[in-house]
Amino acid sequence: MLRTDQLAFSMQGRLLLAPLSVSFQPGRLHAIFGPNGAGKSTLLRLLSREWGTARGQILLDDRPLSDWAAADLARHRAILPQQHALTFAFSAAEVVALGRLHAERRTATRERQIVADALAACGAGTLAARSYARLSGGERARVQLARVLAQIWEAPAGRARYLMLDEPTAHLDLAFQHACLRLARDWLQAGVCVIAVLHDPNLVLAYADDVLVLDHGRLRAQGSPSSVLNAELMQEIYGLGAERLQTPDGQHWLAVRANRAATP
Amino acid sequence: MSDPDLRRVPVSVCAALLLIALACLAFWAALAGPFPLSFADLQHAVGSGPALSPAQHSVLLRLRLPRLLAAVAIGGGLAIAGCSFQAVLRNPLADPSFIGVSGGAAVAAAACLASLSHLHFIALPPQILIAISALAGGLGSAALVLRIARVDGDAQPITLLLAGLAINALAGGLLGLIAYSSNDPTLRAITLWLFGSLDRAGWPELAVAAPAILLAALSLWRLAPSLNALLLGEAEAAHVGVHVAAVRRGTIALAVVCTACSVALAGVVGFIGLMVPHMLRMLIGPDHRSLMPLSFLGGAALLTLADTIARIAVQPAEIPVGILCALLGAPFFLGLLLHWRRSPVLS
Repeated sequence: MLRTDQLAFSMQGRLLLAPLSVSFQPGRLHAIFGPNGAGKSTLLRLLSREWGTARGQILLDDRPLSDWAAADLARHRAILPQQHALTFAFSAAEVVALGRLHAERRTATRERQIVADALAACGAGTLAARSYARLSGGERARVQLARVLAQIWEAPAGRARYLMLDEPTAHLDLAFQHACLRLARDWLQAGVCVIAVLHDPNLVLAYADDVLVLDHGRLRAQGSPSSVLNAELMQEIYGLGAERLQTPDGQHWLAVRANRAATP
Repeated sequence: MSDPDLRRVPVSVCAALLLIALACLAFWAALAGPFPLSFADLQHAVGSGPALSPAQHSVLLRLRLPRLLAAVAIGGGLAIAGCSFQAVLRNPLADPSFIGVSGGAAVAAAACLASLSHLHFIALPPQILIAISALAGGLGSAALVLRIARVDGDAQPITLLLAGLAINALAGGLLGLIAYSSNDPTLRAITLWLFGSLDRAGWPELAVAAPAILLAALSLWRLAPSLNALLLGEAEAAHVGVHVAAVRRGTIALAVVCTACSVALAGVVGFIGLMVPHMLRMLIGPDHRSLMPLSFLGGAALLTLADTIARIAVQPAEIPVGILCALLGAPFFLGLLLHWRRSPVLS
């Protein structure tokens, strides 16, 4: 289990995250939701140890996150970043193989198989031999997702795996947005904990088990998406009118009302 | 493979070609020069047939062989240092001589040489003293340049090159000052650091520099998988398990060792660390696990070639090899600038 205890963060005197105590469970998909500048990326950077914790603490499997050796941590926790800067001429398969740096090494054949499987799982099997630098934004996003999946492809004995996704759907078309979250749900079955920053309330409603709503660095609400995401919340944090709908199969939807009046 | 930037020469083919080229160049370097030797003389030197004349023996074993080995160690060391700086600074134009490391090492080495007569209380051979000074100078200028270029934890490509330029200007001034205030024999030796030459390479110098360069190069090669991950970005490399700060410190320190030992022995020889890794990256791709050892071979071959040309072009005199490398490297550098000036890498 990954949990935070009174975790807070400020930079240059500005509070980016107010004290927060939450836990993330293996086998569940936790969405982090909220407007720009709400502290979502700050929280993910702290959880991924990209930034050191200043106040409060983060415990991974009951050990402070800062105590883990980098290589050990890399075997059961992977992070998909928002931007993918890479200018050297690697093929997509080579980029995915970079994720295997500290994974328990298998035979060369098995390693190649893992890379191929990870690419195929992300719908990028045909890109394997292409130059990464020449791929489109959406294709790169899929290759990077394959890289982080390859990193934690096999579970280390007796340990839960954690997959952190920072806006995984940002560069993806509609079909791949759903395919990506469908894939994340498949990984839940294997006991993986998925933490995803998402901007689309309907993706949260459709795929998340739990949602954490942040606004101005503070926790606004937490719980099951259908109990948390409603018209009042959308009005409060985004200033948008919305309507909750329910389809006959019990699925909830948030329809955001268009505001076509000219801005004064 | 469909994409043109992935058309590569197999690593084994490239390695074999480089080894053959290096072997041929080594024979040429051993045989060519104002005092001609034949292939048969070389066979006699290793034991079969009549013994060599004392003059032949001396030319081969006391002049050409140490100089050839020095060219191999220095060329290889500078190429692998350039390759490492480029990876760890994420800057395709990083060359030890551009970012001020060579300049700082040269000033410290020249200062040490000029003040040798005052340093007689230190019971170390001058070769070791000069190498230690060069190392201190190289580390000092690397720390300075990197501190200036680092903004929010990321080395800015342009600031890095500008800071290197400033350090090089300062180093040029200081070298001039040391030369100006030196007596004649010291002056002759100091021009070595100004222009770069393998003229001074003998067995004692080689015994200090070559093991240090080889050890540092092997240690850099061991860091290759981490340097590959670093190409993803520093945060991403940390996420896949690289101890980024330690890898960065270690890589820079080892690359400075390669550079400083080369400078202590041969002065400032520029552009090798820029040209060789770039040409190889185009041939075999950016994977450091093969790029680094092949860069060593390529640098060794290139400097052996350049030094042999420098020795025989205007015989019996010789051109400092640093001048030859600059004449060869500057157009290459301009070509790279033309290629990269619109790229986000340099913005």
